[in-house]
Amino acid sequence: MADISANFLGIKSPNPFWLASAPPTDKKVNVLRAFEAGWGGVVWKTLGSQVKNVSSRYSSVNYNGSRVMGFNNIELISDRPLDLNLKEIAECVRLFPDRAMVVSLMADNNRESWHELIKKVEDTGAHGLELNFGCPHGMTERGMGAAVGQDPEIAARVVEWVMEAATTPVITKLTPNVHSVVPTGRAAVNAGTHALSLINTIQSVTGVDLDTFVPNPNVGGQSTFGGYCGPAVKPIALKMLTTISQDPVTAKVPISGIGGISTWKDAAEFMLLGATTVQVCTAAMRYGFRIIDDLCDGLNNWMDEKGFKTIDDFIGRSVPTLTNWEELDINYHIIAEINQEKCIHCGLCYISCEDGSHQAINLSYGKPYNTYTVKDEECVGCNLCKIVCPVDNCITMVEHRKGDEYLNWKEFQRRGLPLNDH
Amino acid sequence: MAVHNNRLTAEEYEQHFSDIHPPFETRDAALVEANRCLFCYDAPCTKSCPTGIDVPKFIKQITTDNLKGSAYTIFSSNIMGGGCAKVCPVEKLCEGACVYNLMEEEAIPIARLQRYATERAIQEKWPLFERKPSIGKKVAVIGAGPGGLSCAHALSGEGIDVTIYEKESKGGGLMTYGIAAYKVTPQFCQDEVDYITSIGGIDIQYNKELGRDITLADLQQQYDAVYLAFGVGLARQLYIPGEQLDGVVDAISFIYEIRNSGFPAVPVGDQVAVIGMGMTAIDAATQAKRLGAKEVTLVYRRTQQEMPCTEAELNIALLDGCKIVWLAAPTEILGEDGKVTQLVCNLVKLEDAGGARRQPVITDEQIILPVDMIIKAAGQMPFEQLVYSHQLSNDHGKISTTCNGVTSIAGVFAGGDCVNGGKEVVDAVQAGKEGAKAILEYLQNERC
Repeated sequence: MADISANFLGIKSPNPFWLASAPPTDKKVNVLRAFEAGWGGVVWKTLGSQVKNVSSRYSSVNYNGSRVMGFNNIELISDRPLDLNLKEIAECVRLFPDRAMVVSLMADNNRESWHELIKKVEDTGAHGLELNFGCPHGMTERGMGAAVGQDPEIAARVVEWVMEAATTPVITKLTPNVHSVVPTGRAAVNAGTHALSLINTIQSVTGVDLDTFVPNPNVGGQSTFGGYCGPAVKPIALKMLTTISQDPVTAKVPISGIGGISTWKDAAEFMLLGATTVQVCTAAMRYGFRIIDDLCDGLNNWMDEKGFKTIDDFIGRSVPTLTNWEELDINYHIIAEINQEKCIHCGLCYISCEDGSHQAINLSYGKPYNTYTVKDEECVGCNLCKIVCPVDNCITMVEHRKGDEYLNWKEFQRRGLPLNDH
Repeated sequence: MAVHNNRLTAEEYEQHFSDIHPPFETRDAALVEANRCLFCYDAPCTKSCPTGIDVPKFIKQITTDNLKGSAYTIFSSNIMGGGCAKVCPVEKLCEGACVYNLMEEEAIPIARLQRYATERAIQEKWPLFERKPSIGKKVAVIGAGPGGLSCAHALSGEGIDVTIYEKESKGGGLMTYGIAAYKVTPQFCQDEVDYITSIGGIDIQYNKELGRDITLADLQQQYDAVYLAFGVGLARQLYIPGEQLDGVVDAISFIYEIRNSGFPAVPVGDQVAVIGMGMTAIDAATQAKRLGAKEVTLVYRRTQQEMPCTEAELNIALLDGCKIVWLAAPTEILGEDGKVTQLVCNLVKLEDAGGARRQPVITDEQIILPVDMIIKAAGQMPFEQLVYSHQLSNDHGKISTTCNGVTSIAGVFAGGDCVNGGKEVVDAVQAGKEGAKAILEYLQNERC
């Protein structure tokens, strides 16, 4: 059995799975249930400024019969009394001392408010702080949340205030509602943050009700931009995570990865791209805390299979393989091959290639079953047919190099080799 | 032991003849299946449908909540898509070709989804088709069955005024009179006919039979073209001794009675033998059982491999408690006081004859089934006299046509069972479409 425990800036947890700052972590009753279920840690729902929530808060994007491909919310930070939260945090820390307890914070925009809040939270015995610079709705209008995270200078100033008072590790959570997360990430690291976490939710409209004409979620005939999360945002989160893992300034600090993680596979991917721990919310909101079993079990089995003893053996392992386009090997060439034994004659490879790619699949008519074969000389190796094929391993991409040597775009251009030759 | 009617309570009749393929109860239930559809290109299901319904398209339209579009996709290929969803032997057509079969997975329940899309259209009378303005041409159609209705609908859409002459008092043909009631209810058949004719321009003259009330010569004079779709009707005789005894009926008449007179009115025996193993034989056997017969035995001279009915149909009979005697050839019917008492069958054995299929050989060994009713379901005969009397070129009573239903008489077209000798409803619908196309071309040329 591999060791899946995590050590994040000295904050230890029996596994790298934390619950992200959100409704599942807003009170003792949920957090104790989560710890009983086996979660490694929680980031307590953001404490700070006083707020008032509205009714009708969530909406989702469904796709081809699957519910909650994406999810959005317009809920604000914790609307429970601060003292009650602090009391419950202390109780949870006492009852489960082996689990990570990080508290998310968003104080009013002045040094005193931050210092006061940090003091109170640290008195609970919590292990770390996460600065919410990412909430995309409700708080931004008051100069908080994403309004801080979108401006590196303001973010740096707030981090400086925090570092003056904090005695526990500080994680700065980044907003994705920027053209790049790196400037704010760098500013936070330069201002002294111990770690980064990303991504917060993405501003969104999940859809418009075609009967009422009001977008979702409907609050008495109106709506507002909500924060998007769930499986749909994972690819965007992975990209942003990679830019943080690759930047020489931000790469110095540990990262807690967030964004659509639902399974151990998602988690492993985040860790391969640099995350030390991962935070989960939407999947737990949808299915409950019981998903932790397979998260741990699946990760453990995969690590055993790959020969990884601890999570440090693979954290960041895939980061160097993501490079700039101009570094890619132009001589690498693959051609699709259709296994006729496995083919079920659905024609999806044919029509996708014919209409959407390079017309490289041949249709030989049959009744009722056509036969599909690849025109090797036309195939550009784009993967589309393999992607749309409903049968596992029916279409494989076989390597047929154009040349033995590694040849990238820069070198290709330097030699003046022919362009537009397909 | 006797043949008599009114064996069951009203509740029992209702229960026994309720819909055997219940529809999806909810939108969610339909969507689970619809979303499984892979949306194949040049789809095998479509190619296996005689009317060529674009199955992936109509299923996709269900998933996007475009039910009107879905119903239109179905009806524009098959105007009886509602009824076909209930009676088609889909396991040898669309569902049998579904690519999921090749993955050893359950095929998409195409028929059930088709029913989901069409049922509301029929119930709520969605006006999906608009008739072009009348072009002043008139066509007579003989028979308001699937072929005739399909042809009439296609012609009317093009602005032709159609009159259908139907010998029965209701439309729908075999759908109304020749199929088990638990597959299509009388009310559904009526609704379907009403839906098809709601396009306008179609006048159905009921209780008008060709050769009795009207003549082809008159029709040729009064109309610009005539389409013959009078189907097949006469039950094939067995030509064995005792066939005239009381208690020996043919399956076509038996099913007709069930559909025409209502369940309590139709008499059945205690011990019933059904001869044959086609779809009609199954419909007769299962309905005899459901009318209260104590024991129903299907007798077939060959084996399961050769049976004309589908496996699904056989299973209905078995689940209804019908017995099957394979490899038995009826040779004589015995009776007392003019009433049938026994069915004598000679056993058949299969002998290797060097070929792939073994040859059936009738042996001397006999079995005797005690029966008080025998239902003959050995196939149907064309209306030979009707065809001969009109000098229509034919093949043993089946009207001969060139492509698209053109007969040997100019301006007279034909299609469906009266041409092919008896196939599925869906085949007749396709024949009607093709006939309409040929008639339109004919009228076009005539005008020039």
